[in-house]
Order: sequence, then C-alpha cells, then structure tokens
Amino acid sequence: MTAPKISLRGVRKFFGEKVVLDGVDLDVMPGESVVIIGGSGSGKSVTLKCILGLLTPDSGGIEIDGKSVVGVGDGERERINGKIGMLFQNAALFDSLTVWENVAFGLIAGKSMSPKDAKPIAIEKLGHVGLDEKFAMMSPADLSGGMRKRVGLARAVATEPEIIFFDEPTTGIDPIMGDIINELIVQCTREIGASGLTITHDMASARKISDKIAMLHKGRIVWFGPTVDIDDSDNPIVRQFIFGRAEGPIEMEGRPI
Amino acid sequence: MTAVQTVGRLFLSFLELVGQVTVFTLVSISHCLRPPFYFRLIGRQMMEIGYYSLPVIALTTLFAGMVLALQSYTGFQRNSVGAEGAIAEIVVLSITRELGPVLAGLMVAARVGSSIAAEIGTMRVTEQIDALVTLSTNPFKYLVVPRVTAGVFTLPLLIVIGDIIGVFGGYIVAIYKLNFNATLYLKNSWDSLVTEDVVTGLVKAAVFGFVVTLMGCYQGYHSRGGAQGVGAATINSVVSSSILILILNYLISALFFGA
Repeated sequence: MTAPKISLRGVRKFFGEKVVLDGVDLDVMPGESVVIIGGSGSGKSVTLKCILGLLTPDSGGIEIDGKSVVGVGDGERERINGKIGMLFQNAALFDSLTVWENVAFGLIAGKSMSPKDAKPIAIEKLGHVGLDEKFAMMSPADLSGGMRKRVGLARAVATEPEIIFFDEPTTGIDPIMGDIINELIVQCTREIGASGLTITHDMASARKISDKIAMLHKGRIVWFGPTVDIDDSDNPIVRQFIFGRAEGPIEMEGRPI
Repeated sequence: MTAVQTVGRLFLSFLELVGQVTVFTLVSISHCLRPPFYFRLIGRQMMEIGYYSLPVIALTTLFAGMVLALQSYTGFQRNSVGAEGAIAEIVVLSITRELGPVLAGLMVAARVGSSIAAEIGTMRVTEQIDALVTLSTNPFKYLVVPRVTAGVFTLPLLIVIGDIIGVFGGYIVAIYKLNFNATLYLKNSWDSLVTEDVVTGLVKAAVFGFVVTLMGCYQGYHSRGGAQGVGAATINSVVSSSILILILNYLISALFFGA
C-alpha cells in the first residue's frame, strides 16, 4: 500500500482561548490533488501554515514522506521545504527583485544554482504560465493581480517540487483569469507529477483542480472524499457550503442573527 | 482592575518584550557566525546604510562642529577666559567622543532604522517572509544578518568621516569668523586628541550600528496588522533605537572614562 505524501493526525491549534484546529486528520497521496474547502475562519490557512512549519501545532502529528515535520530544526526544515512549492494568496513576490529573479529565487538561494544558469530556467517557467521574456526584467509592482499570480505559480514550480501548496489561488482575480490560473495549476502539477494541497472557498476552482475535497468546519474535517461525490453528499454543512446558502448549520462570524 | 494589577501587567509585558528582544538578538548573532553568507546583500546594505547616509551625517556633524566652536567662544568670552587653545580641544573631543557617534547614530536610526522596519514589516504583512521560508531560505540569514553586519561595519566608517567633517566645521568658524590662527588651531586640535578618544567613538559607532539595524529588523519582523502595523513598527524602531543609543552612549563613556 502506498504511503501518503502528507499525513495529518489529530492536529490541534489554539490561539489563546480560541480553538482553531480541533483534531484535523488528512492524507494526501503521491500525485494526488486535494482541496480543503471551508468558510472564513474555519482553519484552512492555519492548517497550511502548520504543514509548512510557519506555525507549530499544539498537539497532533504532521508527516511528509513518513517523517514527522513538527518541531524540526532550521536545517531539517530547509531540507523539507526544498521538496515544497507554494503559491501565496497575493503571490508574495519579492518587491526588491525582478520577475525572473523571483522565479529563480528557489533555484539560486535554495538549490545554490548560479544566476547565470537559473535565468534561462526562470524564463522557461514564465513561458509555461503564458508570460514571455519581456516580463522577465519587470518589477512585480508593474504587474496586474493575475500576472502576479502567474509569476507566483512559475516560482512555485520552478524547483520542480514534490508537493505544491496553493493558498486561495483564484481569490481577487476575475473569473476568466481565475479559470486560466486553474488550468495552469492542473497543467503545471501534472507536468512535474507533484502532489497538490489547495485551500479555497471557490467551488468552481475546487472542482477543476482537485481529485479529492476535504471540508473543514470549526477546526475539523467534516467530509472527505472524491470530488465527483461531493454533490451527492447529504452532510448539511457540505450542502450549505457548496450551494452557497445563507441558511444552514454554518454560522458566519459577525453575522447578524 | 486595580492599580497594582495594572502595574504588574505592564511589568510582565516589559519582561516579555525584553525576553523577545534578547532571543531575537541571540538568534541573529548565531546566524551572523554561521554560513551561508549573502555577501552581495551585505554589500548592498553597506551602500544603503553607509554611502547614502553620508550627506546627512556630513551636514549634521559639520553644523555640530560649527555651533560648538561658536558657543564655546561666546561662553568663554562671557567669563573672560582665554579661548583660543580651549576651543580647539572642546571641538575635537566633543565631536570624536560624543557628538559624532551620537548624532550620527540618531540620524542613522531615523533614516536607516525606519527604512529597515518599514521594508521588513511590509514583507511580513504581505507574506514575503513566509515565502522566503517556503523557498528554503532562512529569513534571519537573508534579511537580518546582511543589515546587522552592514550596520556594525559601516557606522564606524561613517563616524570617522563625520568626525573629520565636524572638526573641520569648528575650524571654519574659528578661523573665518573668530579670526583664530589656523596653524595654532590645528596644532591644538591635534595635540589634544589621543587614540582613546577615537577608539571610544568607533566602539560607540559599531554598537550603535548594531542597535539601530537590529531594532529595525526586530520591529519589522514582528509587525502585525497591515499598514497600521508597519507604521507602528517604524515608529517603535526609531524610538527604541534612539533611547538605546542614549543609554548605551552613557554606559560606554562611563566604561572608558569613568573615574
């Protein structure tokens, strides 16, 4: 039996009195694309940050390739992150670097490649996301939101990672650009055979890029299964979310009663 | 809440802050001593901190030297004391021991410390620091070490230049306004200067360079809450490093010159 690429068991995380993750269990198999859906404040971003080592869970275990990644030292974390690519919600491009330097950053800083060798690879990756060479020397500040996302995607796949994380990949861009980003995510992850873990509340995006969907509610996975089965789910939380209904068991924070 | 509880909470918050700054400092120092080293970034920061701060340091020390000569002269005249020999000594000792390092430190805190806090703070709130981590790059090595290293090595160089310009400022006023003898003034300046004066100033400069860049990095690294958080980090960086410069200036002076 194939071992999961990413495995979460009973992950709990508190911020003061507030329980954000309340025992999350999740497996992402090699080459599989899993999307975590859930409302705002359901714990999606915290789950991702715990896997990436940006936050430390209060209890529970997280494994990548069968090895625990909770509480590891700086050197080990850098080694683990060498297998990982990440597309941030707002792309998180480095303002002080040009577009090609952003894309090549993981190759130069993480893989010790010379800038001379890394530049053609960065330009090639930019081509994969539909940006030609003229964009390479531009500053991220000169790009539109959709272009920034594409550069972020090129940066995420530049090192050909084994796992790619996507944080709200279609948030803040128009539906057409959103669909282009979804297509690129599918294309780029298939091309390098990476496992994908995405967090989003955009159901169109989730349906397009995932093999499986996990629904996170109040810090717990309340539904997990193949994407094709989600419409048949009789879970009232899942049904309220995927059909975008105001009435139902999900109570939004700050919503008037 | 009672007054005692309020004081207690404030004291505990202060202790927490001291602990956080101490840990940040120790982690930064440990990364300064371990490879990899980003020499290109260190060079860029040395240009940013040193070269681009030169005009403001030159202006500050020039006018400090000029006003020092003028005020000393008017002060001595009021008390009918012979001034020509003393003014050269006052200018050169005040500039090299105190005014050069302190004024330059404060100006660098305002110009560079605030810029570091704003830049790193913006990187924090726009997830660029998280992006560094996911790209297998330690943010301390990439952001903190180049700035702190550049601060420690660049500020003494700035101070040497500032000292020369400050003494020159005093010379201009003494010769062209107060009509002192130029040769005698320079001789008095040179004779009153000992190695210890310059060394003290350089030690102060290195310490201030460390404090200013470290506080800028610390405040930026821990900024929260968008634009307002970055603004607060910038203010805190300038205020905290200015206060530390004044306190450390006294402590270093007491260490070198305390009876």
